[in-house]
Amino acid sequence: MTDIAAARRALLACMLDADGAAPKAQRRAAFENAGVTGPVRTLLEKITRDAHRVSDDDVHAARACGQTEDQLFELATCAAVGQANRQYESAMAALAQASGKE
Amino acid sequence: MRLSILDKGHGLGTKALFALIGAASRQPVLDIIKLVKYRADFYGKPMSAVTHEAMRGPSEWSVGDRELMAAIVAQANACRFCIEAHSAVARLAYADEAKVAAVLADLDAAPIPEPLRATLRMLRKLVMEHSVSADEMRAVLATGVSRQQVEDALAVAFAFDTTTRLAEAFGFAIPSSQAMNAGAKFLLARGYR
Repeated sequence: MTDIAAARRALLACMLDADGAAPKAQRRAAFENAGVTGPVRTLLEKITRDAHRVSDDDVHAARACGQTEDQLFELATCAAVGQANRQYESAMAALAQASGKE
Repeated sequence: MRLSILDKGHGLGTKALFALIGAASRQPVLDIIKLVKYRADFYGKPMSAVTHEAMRGPSEWSVGDRELMAAIVAQANACRFCIEAHSAVARLAYADEAKVAAVLADLDAAPIPEPLRATLRMLRKLVMEHSVSADEMRAVLATGVSRQQVEDALAVAFAFDTTTRLAEAFGFAIPSSQAMNAGAKFLLARGYR
């Protein structure tokens, strides 16, 4: 049966543990959607809540506060993966509870 | 796209690959390809491994079912690019255009088996409201869906919740229907690796 456990672990390691353009702490904060400030926070908040509401202005504002495009690429991907990961883990926990295998 | 590096920042080898893809397909390279090929060691390569396992790994769900799940996740995130892409692959995989259209138009009334409907409903709620309860999971299991099938469906949701959020964040261009259909044929034949 489908088993994404190993591939998901490898993905998170590449994004959060390897060297990148953005500091590790900032990538971790984007992934957790916690502790990010300023215009970048607005952008990442939209990605995790209503990604279709992201506008050109959101990206311009994040660039204007000094983030490079490579940093924004990393932070945006971390935010999206982080949100999908939280939903996945919460749904897996609900499934374990529902099927009596906690 | 909103980040110019995703349009033009690729290495020379990748640019050469894009030129080959463009020449062979006679279509512009889709933005999703540009995303997963940009600094692929950071995101694209490991994410494609997750997506391929979720969409083409062994499962009691058919390829068509899983493509339909991807389309429903895309619909829940209001991502037109991914709705069009995965409904196109689902149509090809099922060889049934009407079924896919019916599910996207009205999931409650569409002519599909109850286990698939309950699973799609659960995925839609997960993506739109960010969580599902144990009772909602019990309702899915009660239709005859196995625990493993729920896990497989959640793997699809993980992959496409991520992809659809990024498609919207980066502003993927909506390609022509010819380009989208060429991409769908490729995905059906080759998968996501």
